[in-house]
This record gives sequence, C-alpha cells and structure tokens, in this order.
Amino acid sequence: MLQRIRAAPPRYWLVVIAVLFFAGFPTVISSFQAAQWANALILVIAIMGLNILVGYSGQLSLGHGAFMALGAYTSAILAHRYKMDYLLTVPIAGLLTGLVGFLFGVPALRLSALYLALATFALAVVTPSLIKRPVALTNGVNGIILLPPDPPQFAKDAFSAVTGTVMTSEQWTYYVTFAWALLLFWLAWNLVRHRSGRAMRALRDGEVAAAASGVNIAGYKMLAFGISALYAGIAGSLFGMSSGFVSPDSFPVGLSIQLLVGAVIGGLASIPGPLAGGIFAYFLPIESNQWVPAQTWIPTQIASTVEKAGPAVTYGAILILIMIFAPNGIVGLVTSGYERLRRRLRGAADRETGQAPPDPQTV
Amino acid sequence: MQGVLQQVFSGLASGGIFASLALALVLIYNAMGLVNFAQGEMAMFATFIAVTLMDRGLNYWIAFPVTLVIAFAGGVAIQRIVIRPVERAPVLTLVIVTLGLTALINGLAGFIWGYLPRAFPSPFPSRTISVLGAYVSYQDLGVIAVCGVVLLVIYLLLQRTTVGLTMRAAAHNPEASRLMGVRVSWMLALGWGLASAVGAVSGIMVAPILFLEPNMMQTVIIYAFAAAVLGGIESPVGAVVGGLIVGVTVNLAGAYVPYVGGDLELAVALAIIVAVLVLKPNGLFGRPSVRRV
Amino acid sequence: MRQIGPRFAAIAAIFVTLAACGGSAAPTVATDVGISSTEILLGNTNALSGPAAAYGTISNASNAYYTYVNGQGGINGRKITYKILDDGYVPANTVTLTKQLVEQDKVFAIFGGLGTQDQTSVRDYMNAQKVPQIFVYTGATTWGLDYSKYSYTIGWIPSYQAESHLYAQDILKNHASAQIGVLYQNDDYGQDYLKGLKDGLGSSASLIKDSESYDVTAASVGSQVATLKAKGVDTLFLFSTPKFTVQALVAVSKLNWDSVNIYVNSVSNPKTTIGAAKTAGAALKNVTSVAYLKDPTDPQWANDAGMKLYKTIIANCSTCDANNGFNISGVAAAWTLVDVLKKAGSNLTRRNVMDIAATQLSETDNPFVLPGVVVKTSSTDHFPISQMQEETWNGAGWTLQGTLIDTRGTIK
Repeated sequence: MLQRIRAAPPRYWLVVIAVLFFAGFPTVISSFQAAQWANALILVIAIMGLNILVGYSGQLSLGHGAFMALGAYTSAILAHRYKMDYLLTVPIAGLLTGLVGFLFGVPALRLSALYLALATFALAVVTPSLIKRPVALTNGVNGIILLPPDPPQFAKDAFSAVTGTVMTSEQWTYYVTFAWALLLFWLAWNLVRHRSGRAMRALRDGEVAAAASGVNIAGYKMLAFGISALYAGIAGSLFGMSSGFVSPDSFPVGLSIQLLVGAVIGGLASIPGPLAGGIFAYFLPIESNQWVPAQTWIPTQIASTVEKAGPAVTYGAILILIMIFAPNGIVGLVTSGYERLRRRLRGAADRETGQAPPDPQTV
Repeated sequence: MQGVLQQVFSGLASGGIFASLALALVLIYNAMGLVNFAQGEMAMFATFIAVTLMDRGLNYWIAFPVTLVIAFAGGVAIQRIVIRPVERAPVLTLVIVTLGLTALINGLAGFIWGYLPRAFPSPFPSRTISVLGAYVSYQDLGVIAVCGVVLLVIYLLLQRTTVGLTMRAAAHNPEASRLMGVRVSWMLALGWGLASAVGAVSGIMVAPILFLEPNMMQTVIIYAFAAAVLGGIESPVGAVVGGLIVGVTVNLAGAYVPYVGGDLELAVALAIIVAVLVLKPNGLFGRPSVRRV
Repeated sequence: MRQIGPRFAAIAAIFVTLAACGGSAAPTVATDVGISSTEILLGNTNALSGPAAAYGTISNASNAYYTYVNGQGGINGRKITYKILDDGYVPANTVTLTKQLVEQDKVFAIFGGLGTQDQTSVRDYMNAQKVPQIFVYTGATTWGLDYSKYSYTIGWIPSYQAESHLYAQDILKNHASAQIGVLYQNDDYGQDYLKGLKDGLGSSASLIKDSESYDVTAASVGSQVATLKAKGVDTLFLFSTPKFTVQALVAVSKLNWDSVNIYVNSVSNPKTTIGAAKTAGAALKNVTSVAYLKDPTDPQWANDAGMKLYKTIIANCSTCDANNGFNISGVAAAWTLVDVLKKAGSNLTRRNVMDIAATQLSETDNPFVLPGVVVKTSSTDHFPISQMQEETWNGAGWTLQGTLIDTRGTIK
C-alpha cells in the first residue's frame, strides 16, 4: 500500500492537494466569497463538459449556455412547481440535458467546425427569447424564484465543528457544487483515458483515419455532444441553486462565450485546464473593472480611463492578448515552463525519454 | 393580399440590411476561411467615425469616402496587429480573437460616443412610392441598390484584376502562393481592409434605418450569418440573394405563422441556418468542397 | 479606507456612549452598517455594458448629485460614497454583486438598481438581510404593490401600469371609438404597459384590435407596424424602448400612415429620441405622451432654477450628456434619497430610512420633476411618483397639455 502511494506519479499528488485545498477553502473565506467560488466551480463543471466536446472530440460549440439554461429550468420547474427536493433535481436535469445534447449531435454531425460555431452561436443568441415563449412552463420574463437551500444537520454540525460558525446556504451550495465537480472530474478523467477517450481524440485528429481504424464516427460525435451537454445541464441546475433565481436574461449569449473563453484560456484537451479556465473566466469580467482602479501603481489617468471605458473593453483586450501570447492557455504556459525548467535541471540527456508534448490544439 | 405584399416589401428592406453585412462576411471568408464575428461591430464603429466627421462639418459625400478609407486602414491594422500573430492557429483561436474584438469594439464605441440611439442622414429621400397599394421607401430601395453596386465592385475586383486573383490564390493555397512569390500575409490584410470597407458601407446604409448606437449590429450579424450560409458562404451573389430571402422569410413567418409571432423572428433565422447547413451545406450558390484527407 | 470604516464607527460609537454616560447633552446617534461619522456608503448595480448599457448613465448621474451634496458639506457632516458595479443586465451577476456590496463592502443600502429581472433576483435576499433596496430603477408594479411582503424594497419612477391607466382615461374621454393597436416589447416592461392599458380600459378593452410583440433582439419592427396598419388600427400605442420607438415612428411614415394617433411611452419620449425620428423622416403628427420630469432640452425650462441646478450638478459627471433625459431622472431620484437621509437625521437605521421612504414621504420641492408633482408615499400607498401630465409633440418639442393627472390608487 505504502509502496503504491510512494510510486504514484506527481499528478496524483496535485489532485490530492487541489481537493484538500478546495474542501478547506470555505472554512477560511467569507460566506460571500464561498458563493463566488461556488459560481466559479459551476463554470468549471460546464467547461469540463465543453472541453470534452471541443478539446477531445474537436467539435466547436458557442451555444453551451443554452444547455445550461435547459438544466437550470428543468430543476427550477421540478423544484418550484412539483416541490421536489432541489438536490434530487440536479441529476435529472443533467440526464435530460444530456439526452437533448445527444440528439443535438445528429445535425451537428454534418457540420464543419466553423459552421457548427455559427449555428450554436445563433442558438445562444436566441435562447432568452425561446425561454420566454412557453409562459405556462417557464413563467416567462418574470422568471422563477427559488428558495435558498437549507444545509442539512450533518453538514451544519461538521461545519460548525471546524469553524465555529453557522453554515450559510451559500457555503452549503459551495459544497454541493464541489461534490458534483469532484464526481464529474473523476468521470472525465476516466473517460479520456480509456477507449472512448482515445476514439474521440482519433476523431479530432483526423476523421478519415479514425473511420479507417474502425471508430464509429457518428456514435462518438453524438456521445461527445451528449456527455458535454450532461455536464452543462448539471452546471445549469447548480447555477439556479446558487443564484436563487432563473430568468431568460440569466442566459445571455455572453454566458456561452464565457464558457468557450474559459475552456480555451484554461487549455484545451487538458484535465486541469477547465479548473484554471473556469476560475479565470468567472473572475475576469466581474473583477477586471474593480481591480484596475484599485491598483495604486497604475497611473490614475490610465486607471480612470479604463474604469470609464467599462468592463467590455478590458475583457476584450485581455482575451485577445491571451490568445496571442498564450494560445495553449494557462495549462500550456505552465507545462511548457515546467518542461523548460526540467530540461535545464536534468540536462539534455533526458530529452528523448521525456514525456510526450501536450496535446496540440487541432480543431 | 395587400398586407402580404407590404410584409414582403418590408422584408426586402430588412433583407437589404442583412445582405450588405453578409457581403463583408463573405469577403473575409474568401480571404482566409474565417467567419468574422466582429464584422458587425467594425461596421458600427466605422459608421460612428462617419458621424463624427459630419459633426465636424464635413459634407456627406466627402465624409463617406473618407470613412471608407479609414475603415480600410482600420481593417488592415486589425489584421496586422491582432490577427497576424494567430493566423496559423486553429479556427477556434481565431474565433475567440474575433469574439474578443467584438467586446472590445462595442465597449469602445459606448465609451466614446455613448449608448443613445442617434439619427444618421441618408442620401436617399425619405419619401415612399406606392406599388399595388403597398409602400416602399426610397431609402430601402437605396440600400438594396447599393448592395448591388458593392456586389459588382467585388466581382470586378476578385475576378477581373490581378490583385483579386492573387488574393484568391493566397486564400486557397497559401503554401503554393508563397512559393510563387505572393506575400500571403499582406493579401490577408488586404482582404480584411476590403471587408472592413464593405462593412462600413453597410453601416452607413443601415444606420438611417436602424439608428446608430453601439449595439446596432448585434443581432443583424446573426441574420447576416443566416444570409451568408443560405447563399453559400463563399459566394457574394449568394450573400445578397440569401439576405433578401432571409428578410422576407423572417417577416412573413413573424406576421403569419401563429406560434412564431414577431418576437421569435430571430429563431426563424436560426432555423434557416440549421436547415441549410443540414440539408444543403454549400448553400444556394456555393460550390461543393472536396474534403482533403 | 473602506476597511477602516466600521472600526471608525465602532470607536465613534464608544465615544458617543461614553459621552452619554457622562451625562452630557449630546443625543445618542442610532446608526447601522455602512454609516460612519464621516460617511454614508451606498451601493448600486447597473448595466454599464451589454444590451441595456444606455441606462448605465443613470447611476453616474445620481453620483454627480452625491458629489455635489458632498461638496456642500454632505448630510449632517457625512459624505456619501456611491459604489457602482456593472451587472451587464444579467440577473446572475446582480446576485453576486449585490452580495458583494452587502457582505463585503458593507453598504448601508443599495440605491437605484436597474432592471426588473435583475432586481427581482435579489429582492428575497435583500429583505432577508434587511438591507434597503431603495428606489429601484424599474417601473414594474410589484415594487409598490408588494411592499407589505417586501418591506425593504421600494421603487421610484412611476409604474408602467399607472402610466397606461392615464392613457386609457384619455382614450375613454376623448377617443371613445378608437381602434387601438399596440406594439410592445415582449418582456416585463412591455407586458406591464399592455396590462395597464387593458385594465384601464376596463369594459372597453375590446377597443384593442391587435397587439404585436417584438423581442429585444429584433433587428427592426417594420413588419409589426405593417401588420398593425393592415388590421385597420387608427390609434397606435408604442410600448417599446427608445431605439424601437424611433424605428416604429419612422416605419409609420414609410407606410404613408400619417392619419394615425400615436401614444409614446415615457421611457422613450426624451426630445433627443423623438428628434432622432424626426431627422430620419418621421412625420410625427398626432403624437401624445406623458411627462413627470423636466426635459433638459425643452426651452421652456431654460431659465428655470431647477434646470440651472441640474446643469451645475451634471457637470460633476464627465461622461454624462446633460441633454439625456435619463440623467435628470438619476439626479431627481438621488435628490429624493438625500431628502430621506436628511429626514432620518440622527436615526440613521436601515429600518427608519425605509419607513420614511416607503410610508412617510412628502417631497414638494424636488426641482427636477414637473411643477406640482409631489413625491409621496403613505402607509397605504408605496408608489412615490404617480402624477403625470399629458403632452403632445408640436413639431419641434413637447407641449404640456391640461393639468397634472394623479393615478394614485388606480393600481390594485
């Protein structure tokens, strides 16, 4: 046993450290910050799903916000109208959205990456108006208000034993999200390392070659869409729980773009990528405009101009800069930095036995 | 019947708007196989430049060409500064860069000129003519006519000049063109400049109808996507025909299909995009592409 | 500075207590989170970017008034700090940013939050936290109607439904045989206006021959206007946002439909907006609207003391266009809030401020609203502004008609 632990590759240790960090985090930050981090983790979940689609199977979606909306509304309607326990609705929302995503994969089969981007982008723009139409079901523009979740007794006891304070609904939401993130992370990890993951990557790197090697192209493309939608549906459901409110305007086209941006900034076709990307994509738009004016080292003239110009300008500029200078995302930057460091430490002899380079982005 | 005719006319009017922006999309696609999500915002920005020039006292007919030159230069500059570093990156990276441009340009316009919709002069009289009891305005006819002129210019440029030939070659086979001594990257810059100028024409034509504000093109771009896809994304003629068809279809569906109604018009555009891509991916005027193995 | 704020307050409180124990005559000051001896901290969420960014300037205009008040010495020596955050008109962002303002920045109240969906998304939270959600910038009826359930929430601008009631009265009185057509934005805003019109017409609601909706994502509304004309409408209501109102006004002229009577809602009636339609060739015959604020572009107020004050105030905001009608409403609402805070005097608790704002308001001297408009609330009525005056377009500007009409009590 001890031997096995000692022999575990460093990436397992990274996972353990990350899990412990995120489990302990809410005990030292405020309830409000826990709510923010819960939202960031929700984006992480959706981006993990998008990463399976974009990073591993090579299909481009600019409309994952629509799947999140479907998940959120499924849960909200079940919880609000049928008085179902919200936690029970989360997997239902995920499965339903996954099924819809799987079927959505059928027309997607025929589209090239660029056309798929166009079609899904249009879907993302139309989503709010589509939600408004079935008023009896969705309550139209008035949206559905959800009660803040009440932490169960065991969670309250455990939390107050550690921190000495009463657990808030925001902190409970964080832990629910965290648990889902862990489960889905484990699922994604297994998926990409096994048969189906290899098949999807083969598909991404060349459809004809993949088909020649006996990969069922249509099946795996639809599977990738379905799994990716399942993730988005669960993320959407948790999104409703953390916001306490779902309405058409909660799912603007910007949400879909935020997800794609997160996936790319984190680093496609990488397992830790969505974590970094989700956190970045969540905090970038809401903090960019608060952060710059608060920095004393930036000349006031520039800082005040940035503040007046508004967050869209900052956001757009940062996005372009990242794409130019770090096209493989945060994970790409870290890996290449780490590789360079290792090479320097161990000398050139190790070069040919070194690990394979990270997956190239090919979409 | 008169009502239907009026809806058709009104649809053709919006169709002209969609077509003019779709033309710019088609140009970029031809230059580098990319759909520029920021095309609408670039057109809007150029229109604001035109309005600023006119506020400074410039005559419309002077401000118009000056704006086109500025837009051309702006397009080239964007390609050189922002697109060139990622021009060999995968489509996804390019798409995200253009989405970043969209946010950046929209925010800048709001910062510089504010968000209140403002009137923009039109070179065409605001009078209307009556055809079989339905009304068409000179402005709307003017937009369609200008689309035709732009289309002709594009055609002549791409098909009848050496520059056009070189541009097409650079887009189709960059490696071979490079070996032949074509400066491929500059050809792409030229493509961006032209698309930007065509976009500026579009902005200046539609601003009198939609009214100028930073979000003016935000949904027009979706209809323009639908138009370009329907026409076949490589085909300038297709963009214009596609635009007109999309405009009329959307209007008729909004007015006469019960569940759709006025507020799901954009969903009709989405349906057109999906239907075309699934049933006839090369659109009405596109040539089938051969998949490279 | 903000970190020190609460500590300051604590020290100040100790001193006050000591003074009180010492038997001196100094009155005890009751305060709450967000109030220090030198500062009143207010928060705000607004759409500074995104589809509704046109409204973002309202918060900056309010801030211009706070800057002005601070320059005059503040409120009983306390200066107002107004923290404006951008929610991009997305409710999920409003939730997070509101929690930030309440829990991290520790604001005393959130003033002038924009958007019905956005403000609905945080109403339960604000009331559970007992933090005032004061003078929200939306005209949905629920803000005034549901005060008994949400006693930490109150609106300021007239409700959309009340405005429609006024139009309905005009129709019943002057155009009893009108064939009404409605163009409305398919959201809470447009739907509220439409409901108000139907309720106001009551048994005559059948006068509405047709109502056509458009989505906020529409490119243009030409098709809807053509449909309304084809249905034989002779009186057209535009319950649309400024951009679409202008488009519709032009579309009417493009259809040679100049005989129609047009009613334009108050959100879209600033002279700059209607002026844009005029420039683009709209004939603008028989156009009616209502007003409750002074229009900064109207020459009749050129020498008005209130308007001069407004121009002085708005100069404090470098990004604000003085002629923009939204800005004067931002300043006017801020004026009411400052009145409330002054009236609260030394009893600056959240509950007391809400009680004054929602049940005891009687502001007769707001210099930016039309003469005679009283910003007023009582224990049974929680709509601060309910008086409006009809106005007609005279070709170059609005002419006020008749007298102020009070819609108080029309909404149940």
